[in-house]
Amino acid sequence: MQKKTIVIDPVTRIEGHAKITIDISEEGVVEDAKIHVTQYRGFEKFCEGRPYTEMPALTARTCGICPVSHVVSATKAIDEILGVTPPKAGVNIRKIVNLAQMLQSHTLNFYHLSSPDFIYGFDAPKEDRNIFKMMQTHPQMARDGINLRAFGQKIIEDLAGKRIHPTGIIPGGASHKIEESTKEAILEQVPAMLKIAHSALEFFRDNLHKFQEEIDYLGAFPSLFMAITNDEGTLEHYDGKLCFMDSEGNILKDKIEPRDYKEFIGEAVEDFSYLKSPYYKPLGYPQGMYRVGALARVNIAKTCGTPLADKELIKFKALNDGKPVLNTFYYHYARLIEMIYAIEKIEELLKCDETMSDNVRSTSTVSYERGVGCSEAPRGTLFHEYHVTKDGIITGVNLIIATGNNNLAMNAGVKQVAQRFVDPKNITDGALNRVEAVIRCFDPCLSCSTHALGIVSSKVEIRDHNKKIIKVFERS
Amino acid sequence: MIKAKVRVKNFKIDGICVTGQSNQTILEVARDNGIDIPTLCHLRGLSDVGSCRMCIVEIEGRHEPIPSCTAKIKEGMEVTTSSPEIKAAREMILSMMFSERYHTCSTCVVNGDCQLQSKSVELELSHSFTPYLNQRFEIDASHKNFVNDPNKCILCTRCIRVCDEIEGAHALDLFGRGLGTRVIHDMDEPWADSTSCTSCGKCVYVCPTGALYEKDISEEEIIKKREIVTELVKNRGQK
Repeated sequence: MQKKTIVIDPVTRIEGHAKITIDISEEGVVEDAKIHVTQYRGFEKFCEGRPYTEMPALTARTCGICPVSHVVSATKAIDEILGVTPPKAGVNIRKIVNLAQMLQSHTLNFYHLSSPDFIYGFDAPKEDRNIFKMMQTHPQMARDGINLRAFGQKIIEDLAGKRIHPTGIIPGGASHKIEESTKEAILEQVPAMLKIAHSALEFFRDNLHKFQEEIDYLGAFPSLFMAITNDEGTLEHYDGKLCFMDSEGNILKDKIEPRDYKEFIGEAVEDFSYLKSPYYKPLGYPQGMYRVGALARVNIAKTCGTPLADKELIKFKALNDGKPVLNTFYYHYARLIEMIYAIEKIEELLKCDETMSDNVRSTSTVSYERGVGCSEAPRGTLFHEYHVTKDGIITGVNLIIATGNNNLAMNAGVKQVAQRFVDPKNITDGALNRVEAVIRCFDPCLSCSTHALGIVSSKVEIRDHNKKIIKVFERS
Repeated sequence: MIKAKVRVKNFKIDGICVTGQSNQTILEVARDNGIDIPTLCHLRGLSDVGSCRMCIVEIEGRHEPIPSCTAKIKEGMEVTTSSPEIKAAREMILSMMFSERYHTCSTCVVNGDCQLQSKSVELELSHSFTPYLNQRFEIDASHKNFVNDPNKCILCTRCIRVCDEIEGAHALDLFGRGLGTRVIHDMDEPWADSTSCTSCGKCVYVCPTGALYEKDISEEEIIKKREIVTELVKNRGQK
């Protein structure tokens, strides 16, 4: 058989633009598969020369889905540059907004992007695998998804000014205190939102038995995990130290100060993708492959620290007898637990008296020439590193975006799925959908990670070893 | 020296008969009579230089429109403040301001409190007609309280005028020509090294855009006190 390459371009129902190539050997088996991130924007370069005060607004523009994460990491980096410690109320406002964003982003992934696969199956006609079909057949579920996402978005708007690219999270804390009426309005909705999040988790768990093959082969492989965690070892998204765990659950290194990230994380560059491939330095490249995001966070966290999420975490940890869960498919599971956690934590933070304090902001001026801000974005650990002149003009920027951390793991996942499901003699739509689905498990935000714009619709090209197109599948 | 006599002049603005004193500008008489003409570089209390051209009006018998903030009234003149041609010209002027420098509202520290931005809304400028030049100027953030970002300057010279006419320091002036023109301190020294700047901040308060702003504050906290000059002058009884 002739050697050929299958190209899925672009990958659908993800945030951003990528293509997948599947190389088929002359023996007719899948030899390799890669995800190519085909976009580039250059944020790190054009931020140079701008005043540091613009960085939260500038870097927020990397993404319309997780701008809060960028704002939080940017303001934390600037806090370091200014040498300020934001007051407790400012920190809590940032935490609430960050959790609200995680809630809306996870909701978007589960309801709008991934649930069509769970409802109709991976082999269902492609016309059916979308949220519009879901609105027809499962209207209540679609409504729930929209309501839950709106809840998160409304919190961002109320506490930080705008739903997208909020301006209320500022260096030194937050710009405004939380109004009592806002607090009451949010708390009033909490029980209903918890119910929705729970029903989503129940739905997912009830349907898990249908996807045993996907659980086993959709990116199930050993890898390291990285997340930030606090001193108590509970689930943490805002503050804490970096922790690396291996696939057996052993802590390789913890209590790493985010500002020392470069000692442990290397960034490799491959010629087939604009997305860099970060790796754990002590193990080298590419052996230092690690995963970040919801799965990594719940694997590393000992507890969630909130009652309902903790109950679910115990069940989750039982999946692999207390050892880290390695199946990429369970990212969905981990995200659903985090959704419950987010709602509970928002309630807890709002009920804390210190959150309602008038003192929400500390002020200072440039004191240090370097600052690193690190937080857990919905898709994983996010780093912003800035260098400034003594006047506060940016001279250097390095961003490691959550999705970027998962690059090596996404490639490993794509290869595993392609080898399992793609039969070169009979390439089915369901097989190609599974290849895309493994990417979707990671919930990548490629626009963020390379900072570029995405499009939808999909085209699959089958090419021989001379890159000559043999067959084209159009998907829209 | 014999002082020129101030005389009363009668003329028409938009077909309405109006009366003004011979030392008044078309803009002043129009506003006295409740007729609105859009302005940008003009600020009550400062002298007028007609640099932005936003207040252009048509005069019967004249081929080209003229800025109403600097044009003195004349007996019998017929002024038109609004026509399709003037609207198109004002839109083009605004458009060129946007394309000359780096006016990205979404990331600007004065987003929501910028007069270039509000003028665009007022004049219904939906998009820029001219390609962006993407010029890059170095930012001067050397001053302990203020930042000078020439990338957002529209060269209205309000800052220069307020420093000269109100503060009396004349620490600022224009440097260079054409597209490369920018506002400098003293002999193009860093702001922190300016010996004539009194750090009063009036230039920052009157700046219509984000070219001059207070250091270490965010978009949510920006304060512009553009009326401060008008009030100061009123209190001094000058105008």
